Amino acid sequence: MAGKAGNIELAGVCKSYGTFTAVEGINLKIPDGAYCCFLGPSGCGKTTILRMIAGHEDPTEGEILIGGENVVGLAPTQRRTAMMFQSYALFPHLSVRDNIAFPLRVRKASKEEIAKRTDAMMEKTRITELANRLPGQLSGGQQQRVALARAAITEPRVLLLDEPLSALDEQLRIQMRQELRRMQQELGITFIHVTHTQLEAIALADLVVVMEQGHIKQFGPAREIYATPKDRYVAEFVGGQNVIKCTVERVNGSSATLAAPNVKGIEIPLGGKRRIAEGDEVDIAVRRDDLKLHRPEKGGVGPGTTGISSRVRGVEYQGYFVKVMLDALGEQDFIAYIPEREFFGDPLTIGDVVVATWSAERSLLLA
Amino acid sequence: MRVPKSLTSWFYVSPLLLVIIPFFVMPIIVVIAASFMQGDGFGGILPTFTWENYQGVFSEQLTWNLYVSTVKFTVLTWFFTLIIGFWIAYYLVFHIRSELLAMGLFLLCTVPFWTSNIIRMISWIPLLGQNGLVNMALVGSGVVKEPLKVLLFSDFSVVVAYVHQLTIFMIVPIFNSLARVDKRVVEAARDAGASRWDIMRRIILPLSRSGIALGSIFVISIVMGDFFVVKVMSGGNSASVVAALFENISVLQYPPAAAHAVVLMIVVVIMIGAILRTVDIRKEITQ
Repeated sequence: MAGKAGNIELAGVCKSYGTFTAVEGINLKIPDGAYCCFLGPSGCGKTTILRMIAGHEDPTEGEILIGGENVVGLAPTQRRTAMMFQSYALFPHLSVRDNIAFPLRVRKASKEEIAKRTDAMMEKTRITELANRLPGQLSGGQQQRVALARAAITEPRVLLLDEPLSALDEQLRIQMRQELRRMQQELGITFIHVTHTQLEAIALADLVVVMEQGHIKQFGPAREIYATPKDRYVAEFVGGQNVIKCTVERVNGSSATLAAPNVKGIEIPLGGKRRIAEGDEVDIAVRRDDLKLHRPEKGGVGPGTTGISSRVRGVEYQGYFVKVMLDALGEQDFIAYIPEREFFGDPLTIGDVVVATWSAERSLLLA
Repeated sequence: MRVPKSLTSWFYVSPLLLVIIPFFVMPIIVVIAASFMQGDGFGGILPTFTWENYQGVFSEQLTWNLYVSTVKFTVLTWFFTLIIGFWIAYYLVFHIRSELLAMGLFLLCTVPFWTSNIIRMISWIPLLGQNGLVNMALVGSGVVKEPLKVLLFSDFSVVVAYVHQLTIFMIVPIFNSLARVDKRVVEAARDAGASRWDIMRRIILPLSRSGIALGSIFVISIVMGDFFVVKVMSGGNSASVVAALFENISVLQYPPAAAHAVVLMIVVVIMIGAILRTVDIRKEITQ
């Protein structure tokens, strides 16, 4: 194989099954050695993209380049990719050792080489003591390690993981999450990880690709995706944001004043990109942890700050913060994350009237 | 009132015992007992212990010939039903995407069983006979000058009839074990770089072992215990172990027939035991 690098480029990739279009117009560049997460609800086409990169499906249109060369039509081995399947797909009749050795065996490696590399890989994934067990005798986390070892043993340049953590319980998921990241750094290869869990994507990935119905909605570093979502879909899917639908009342140079159904005078700074005019309908996002709650009697709202008067609908204790649900937007969620100590300084109960405020420069105009 | 645990378990197995003891265990005990007794030549059995019947069975050259012939039919039938049965089951499981179609085709495999065994065998005559369809086609197309005689009433036709009858017994268990193979496992093997042959040899065959073993047990025990198909399809040219045993019965020689039956039973048990030693069916099924 000519290119050793695991940088991936998708150019105009489409995949349709009959009349159903699974993904369309996918353009994407993933640098070598990145940990990239495809994030989206089930059926958004993220697994289809993964399988096309892996060589288990061919795109209907477009090119897939790995290490700078078009790999469409090549077998997984020729691409030097390896896939870790959802629920792992371990060979049930083979021991852990034989499962891991399988890719080397079908490549007709010598006995000594197989033994050496299998032992080294089991050491690296910390499953040496399970070598002679069958997959059926392993726990979920152990199975995942075996699957990872089996995928990594051929030293692929790209490792593709299809919902690798979905079969595990919560605690194990967090533990295996760290392990995946550790393995990725140790192997130094490109990881592409498909998930529908926002937390997983944000915690793991250098790059997050948010998808909706076969299209890429936003692509960027995890922090960018979380802190500055492009539109309502990304903001709502990634979470941590309150999205408010507003009408533009006034545009005054570098800022604008907006109004939502129950709220007047929402100030928002205008970035360079988007032009809005009076009367436009726009969505804005305000981070849940940027909200502050005050009792109404404690004075008015300062300049550069927006306030919404609202009633507490529910309170959920989350440990280091408290989730306060407000009814400012009617049926739609409007939620504040208040630090625990601050909340219990003056605890709120359901039915209390509060003013939720945020400083105007923290709010974000969505596309 | 508290019922002891052991009593309840006996209660659970009692329906099975009520069937198995009178209709299976008792007859076998009777046959084994009869094989060690003397006959009076008129269908009666004298309660005197003797090895004579077994000596007769083992000293006759005919017995050995019959076993060779029966084992030959068994091996040939087993081989062809296995190849054809595996092929069909594999096709149904891995190549038919629609589950409905697969089930439909699966039911189609049972069509031959909608008629009786005799009709199924008789229907080979117009096909394989001297003036049958196959011969007409062969002569007509100039492949052979004269009609082939080996097609009917020969070892060939016996094996054809067996394979026709028994392939379904291979298809069903193999289909069942293949259907439980996770398709993603096959995909994972391909991802790991396995060729088609590797996938077949290292993944599919090992995972269908229990089905193959079960099918083999059905086919082997049926062929070993059959005399009717051999008799009809060989036109009397070949015989089987059971055919000899049946001859004994028809001339009222029950003790020698019983000895034959016991020997055959031991042979079949050994064969099945050998299969079960290579495949732990219980483990594979519950896995």
